[in-house]
Amino acid sequence: MPELLTLFVVYYGSQYLVTAVSTALFGVPLEVSPFFAGMVALGLVMASYASEVFLAAFRAIAAGQYEAGRALGLQKGKIMRLIILPQLIRLALPGLSNLWLSLMKDTALVSVITLNDLLRQTQVAVSSTRQPFFFYLVACLIYLGLSLLSSIAIGQTRRWASRGMVTR
Amino acid sequence: MRLTVLAVASLAAMIVGITGASAKDWTATTVRIGTDATYPPFESQDSSGKIVGFDVDVGMAACEAVSLKCEFSNQDWDGIIPALTAGKIDAILSSMSITEERLKTIDFSDKVYNTPPAIAVPKDSPITSVDLSAFDGKSVGVQSSTTHAAYAEQELKGADVKYYKTADDYKLDLSSGRLDAAMDDVVVLSEWLKTPDGACCKLLGTLKLVPEIHGKGTGIGVRKEDTDLKELFNKGIAAIRANGKYKEINDKYFDFDAYGGE
Amino acid sequence: MTAVISEAPPAAAKRSSITATGLVLISIWGLIFVGIVWALVNSVDPERLASYGGRIAQGFVVTVELVIASMLIGALISIPVAAGRLSTNRLVAGIAFGFSYFFRGTPLVAQTFLIYYGAGQFSSELKAVGMWWLFRDALNCAVIAFALNTAAYQAEILSGAIRNVPRGQREGAAALGLHKWLTLRKIILPQALVSAIRPYGNEVILMTKASSIASIITVLDLMGQTRYVFSKTYDLSFYFWAALFYLATVEVVSHLVNLVEARLTRHVRPPSTARG
Repeated sequence: MPELLTLFVVYYGSQYLVTAVSTALFGVPLEVSPFFAGMVALGLVMASYASEVFLAAFRAIAAGQYEAGRALGLQKGKIMRLIILPQLIRLALPGLSNLWLSLMKDTALVSVITLNDLLRQTQVAVSSTRQPFFFYLVACLIYLGLSLLSSIAIGQTRRWASRGMVTR
Repeated sequence: MRLTVLAVASLAAMIVGITGASAKDWTATTVRIGTDATYPPFESQDSSGKIVGFDVDVGMAACEAVSLKCEFSNQDWDGIIPALTAGKIDAILSSMSITEERLKTIDFSDKVYNTPPAIAVPKDSPITSVDLSAFDGKSVGVQSSTTHAAYAEQELKGADVKYYKTADDYKLDLSSGRLDAAMDDVVVLSEWLKTPDGACCKLLGTLKLVPEIHGKGTGIGVRKEDTDLKELFNKGIAAIRANGKYKEINDKYFDFDAYGGE
Repeated sequence: MTAVISEAPPAAAKRSSITATGLVLISIWGLIFVGIVWALVNSVDPERLASYGGRIAQGFVVTVELVIASMLIGALISIPVAAGRLSTNRLVAGIAFGFSYFFRGTPLVAQTFLIYYGAGQFSSELKAVGMWWLFRDALNCAVIAFALNTAAYQAEILSGAIRNVPRGQREGAAALGLHKWLTLRKIILPQALVSAIRPYGNEVILMTKASSIASIITVLDLMGQTRYVFSKTYDLSFYFWAALFYLATVEVVSHLVNLVEARLTRHVRPPSTARG
């Protein structure tokens, strides 16, 4: 399902839902701000992708790791915290960083529900200066800068997460 | 457990913002008026982002006349009626024509203004009259979910009608030559043609009003159940019509009477 | 269950509480889903369906055309870009990397706006060189923007797949005295393309979803028609119907990819026990 569609459904749909629920519970209708709707919609999309990433990462951890933990007499929670999670971070990192990069680009979509993000401000600039090429190019370059910064940060994190691994 | 509930509730309140619409006493709260501020000179955003225009001035004056506290917020045109019915806003003052179609969903105050629709074309256009058959096979831009869109769909069967989200968007495409013509309110078009961006184009002429489509002028849209708010707006409009305030605003923007005949 | 409790009481208690939360969450999702389906079924209005169903179907056709055209043109563009990415020439590799990085690092919406409204700004120049007819139509602009975008991704897929073919294959071919082009055509590409099928399939799916962006620049694709219908009816259920269309397309594509992959990789699958 396209992210744009999710956004529309959440923006218009959640308003009806929230108003109905909140009037029933508190007798006061609540308002869903575009920011909240955008957050929820992109959050839902990310949640579904991220759960795939984590699932794959959990599967990639050998069953022997759990067994070894149990053999040491560790409790379930401790096995998770001390043995599984540190490995999970390393395994899930490439997938998660891809998600982060695509999420950053998806945020551009919220401009269609009147949220004043980078792209919408660009549109405002365009409509008053009539210089679409220049301003959209600048907007693109800003996004590019953001992904460049994220790549650097991700590279650092990756080095940190795989610090115990043999370097190839 | 109670702590969690409290935390969640306060978080929700923080993000969502509780609006006190339970009070039906309109004078005690701020009336939230939604507008699509891409429609100069009636409503637009100035360079600092403030919403300005004829509708805004008239709305504020009318609110003041009946001592209502009003506040304008920018809304997406396509979603402005859902926003009203869902309670996101309390009223719409956005050059919205009072039509039968819309009256099925919402209610309107008395008329705010009434100006005819018109067509603009590039200066070198081969189209010379507003004869509707001249637009066969031509691309005509309109803003979606407007009376102009409904008119184009019904009357310009042979034309390739393009639906734009805002008036700004079709103006960009008309000046680049992507559109052969654009249809909108005569005031909106002629104001734009006066600006440097509108230098590309000229006004072809005004169109005859079709009452079933174009309705009887624009009004302030309110929810059907809010008849008290509608009455307040009607009183406000009548008051500024009577005390000359409306004329003052009218003259600030136009050199003709935007109210139109009774 | 009782055995677990007798073995380690605190752990078991914890686990059951986790399962309880999980169950509650799942049932909430289930309820929402049931509610949506119920609302959809309830809201089927034959009159509306008759007057707007055709529009939605038309939009669906436009979406499919848009995706196919962008994918094919993108595939053509991706070949030189992939070659550039693999090139040992610094400058060529740099240009190819810049192209790929720009289109992968910026939002597709912004690129689409850049091409659509940007071309509008240079309309007189474009008219002078006789290119305006191409940029005049919003659908063409959408195809250009999408094709450039997907070309960048496809070039990455292609060059990655070629790089992943083991060195030994190349050396083996060289030992047999095959020249460069023959090696590429007969040995490298067939292996590379097999491993690239899945990423290509994912790219088709991503493109299908991204194609909804065309609706913002007046293209009446599935999303554009749906928005049009919504602006007339204020009926949210049309968005859900559009979602079903998109989901169905994505399902069909991913099944096709699975089939193709199964067929092409049958020689590398472990031999089944049934085979004598």
